[in-house]
Amino acid sequence: MSLIEGEEELIRNGVAEALLDHDRARESLIPLLLKVQGKLGYLPALAMELIAEALQIPAVDVYGLATFYNRFRLNPPGKHQIQVCMGTACYMVGGDIALDCFERRLEIGEDETTPDREFSLERVACVGCCTMAPVVVVDELVEGHVTPTRVDGILLSFGREIPKSAEKTEQEGENSP
Amino acid sequence: MSKKVTITIDGREIEAHEGEKVLWVALDNSIFIPNLCALKEKEHPSGSCRLCYVQVEGRPEPVTACTLAAKEGLSVQTRSPQVDRLVKSAFELLLSNHRLGCGRCPRRKSCALLKIARERGLKMRLSRLSALELDVEIDESPETFAFDRSRCLLCGRCVWICQEVARVGALGFTNRGITRRVGTFREVSLAQSPCTECGLCVEACPSGALYFKEKSDDK
Repeated sequence: MSLIEGEEELIRNGVAEALLDHDRARESLIPLLLKVQGKLGYLPALAMELIAEALQIPAVDVYGLATFYNRFRLNPPGKHQIQVCMGTACYMVGGDIALDCFERRLEIGEDETTPDREFSLERVACVGCCTMAPVVVVDELVEGHVTPTRVDGILLSFGREIPKSAEKTEQEGENSP
Repeated sequence: MSKKVTITIDGREIEAHEGEKVLWVALDNSIFIPNLCALKEKEHPSGSCRLCYVQVEGRPEPVTACTLAAKEGLSVQTRSPQVDRLVKSAFELLLSNHRLGCGRCPRRKSCALLKIARERGLKMRLSRLSALELDVEIDESPETFAFDRSRCLLCGRCVWICQEVARVGALGFTNRGITRRVGTFREVSLAQSPCTECGLCVEACPSGALYFKEKSDDK
């Protein structure tokens, strides 16, 4: 994910600030990462490198820890956060299909953010309304019975139109021998 | 130096330093105990491969030899029905995550898995488990060696060597669970990582995951 203008300075300042009153022992890596993520909203590669340098540990160890725990995110939260429920009920009635639709329409994968930072996509476990399965939570708003058509509807409500050409090529792709 | 103690392995009385791990005492005395993740220089054994089980007299369950410290009067058996069962299961679990096709493997003559299979009469194929399909690209970016993750057993030897011996820190464990892998910072290729191509990780690899391009077993 490329940084936006002025973000590098924000990251450098954020990390420096978090490091100020923090001890540099390896054991304090998790609280430190939480603190930095709290400030920046996510863990950019640059932040992980700066932290590794400060704690004098390999950068891959910081990355390994950040990818181990779900709590840490490596991509910035989008302006609109889409959470697709993959709890048992939602999964059984096609939660994975809804996730797939979002992935294709936004051209990003799970836990990723669109390059314009408008949307970020996440998989969550049960959000507590299984009767409406499959459920998608869009910016705190719970959407029930999310079919592929509803996925397009949700994105349309944010002004993201389905490109005509994409639809066309899909159809052509199906028809071609 | 710590004091000398006498322990018994498979009925043989052996002198060892107190506190020394039984796995190394056995291997130094040409008694084979299967192992993958163990490194003698490593202070805290990771105990992750679960292959070095031995039966200790007076204990109901087998224990891993790499974590078992020698003490006066300790008596162990390297084989027992319980041990064999545990090793067989652990071995099959490792195999299920390891691309077979030993004929084309660059390490087919020095493979630790093949050695364990030979010594313990285990089969190099899956009977109870299905294979985990690994569709990964081989990282051939370093000049002298390559990394084929589909043969990686996650023993962690290369990671430890890279960090503690080579002091490079290019390799590490990333992700979790079924997606756990040995990787680099942001999963870049080894050539783009801090890797210095010292080759120590390749020498430490027990399977065909890390191999020298030139010095493979058939050359």
